[in-house]
Amino acid sequence: MIAFWILALVMIASAVFTVSAQKPVYSVVGLLVNFVALAMLYLSLQAEFLAVMQIVVYSGAILILFVFVIALLSSGVRPFDIGPDKMAKATLPIAVILALATLGGIVATALRTPVAVKPIEGAPGDPDVFGSVANFGSTLFYQNLLPFEVTAFILMVAVIGVVLIAGDEGGPLGPRRPKRRSIEREPIVKRTLRQAQGDLPVGHGDRR
Amino acid sequence: MMVAPENYVALSAVLFFVGVVGVIVRRNPLIMLMSIELLFNAANLALVTYARAWANNAGHIFAFLVITVAAAEAAIGLAIVAVTFRRMPHVDVDDVAALKG
Repeated sequence: MIAFWILALVMIASAVFTVSAQKPVYSVVGLLVNFVALAMLYLSLQAEFLAVMQIVVYSGAILILFVFVIALLSSGVRPFDIGPDKMAKATLPIAVILALATLGGIVATALRTPVAVKPIEGAPGDPDVFGSVANFGSTLFYQNLLPFEVTAFILMVAVIGVVLIAGDEGGPLGPRRPKRRSIEREPIVKRTLRQAQGDLPVGHGDRR
Repeated sequence: MMVAPENYVALSAVLFFVGVVGVIVRRNPLIMLMSIELLFNAANLALVTYARAWANNAGHIFAFLVITVAAAEAAIGLAIVAVTFRRMPHVDVDDVAALKG
């Protein structure tokens, strides 16, 4: 009971932090806290497998992907994110009104019909009891095999798409960066010789 | 479950609210993508809550599929972000107007 309210507070606070953070790296940290708290909530709802998947897939894979992209984009000379967003002030009231309408709709629909919680019979962890990993697996593979296979297809299409979009040559978007000029390619022995003969000032053409 | 399912659903709605505000207000594509992840998670929380309330595994299966699709979406979205914003001085979705009529 108390755990739920603590986790709810943590989740709301970290979500607000994620959305309002100035830099994307801070957002990733907030999102990480949010995901871990959500995994604990899954455990309190007897969704053991989903709790583990939440940690492994979301915190382990998706967030690391975000961190990689942030590191990739901010590796240039200029700082990655300068100052606050331009439109934040102007759109905030409209956004809050729209989102409040969504919130009101969801809460009104959800709370109008209270749901009686069905008790679970049997020892937790038994293959036939709701919430165990074995029960989840049998439901997934016996009754929902086609959606599972379609999921595999979606992942394959996603991988092909990512390789096409961000692959080495840039795919349909053309080459990503201009070819490096070959003037840097002069052999270092020849260059040192020319420097020794006085043709070339020392330090010219050196890599910074 | 000692806490009533309405509380879980209300928490899910609040998280959805925060995520929607993030998607609308922020102009940084990375933070917008993270807000979309928040929306996925809010929906997943509601699914798992009702699955527990009715002691039915279907909600778990659906949440599992949502996690998978979210992973694919994040990969493709981040690839587009990385390709698009490599040449731009600022990371701002409003600057991507090349297809504007």
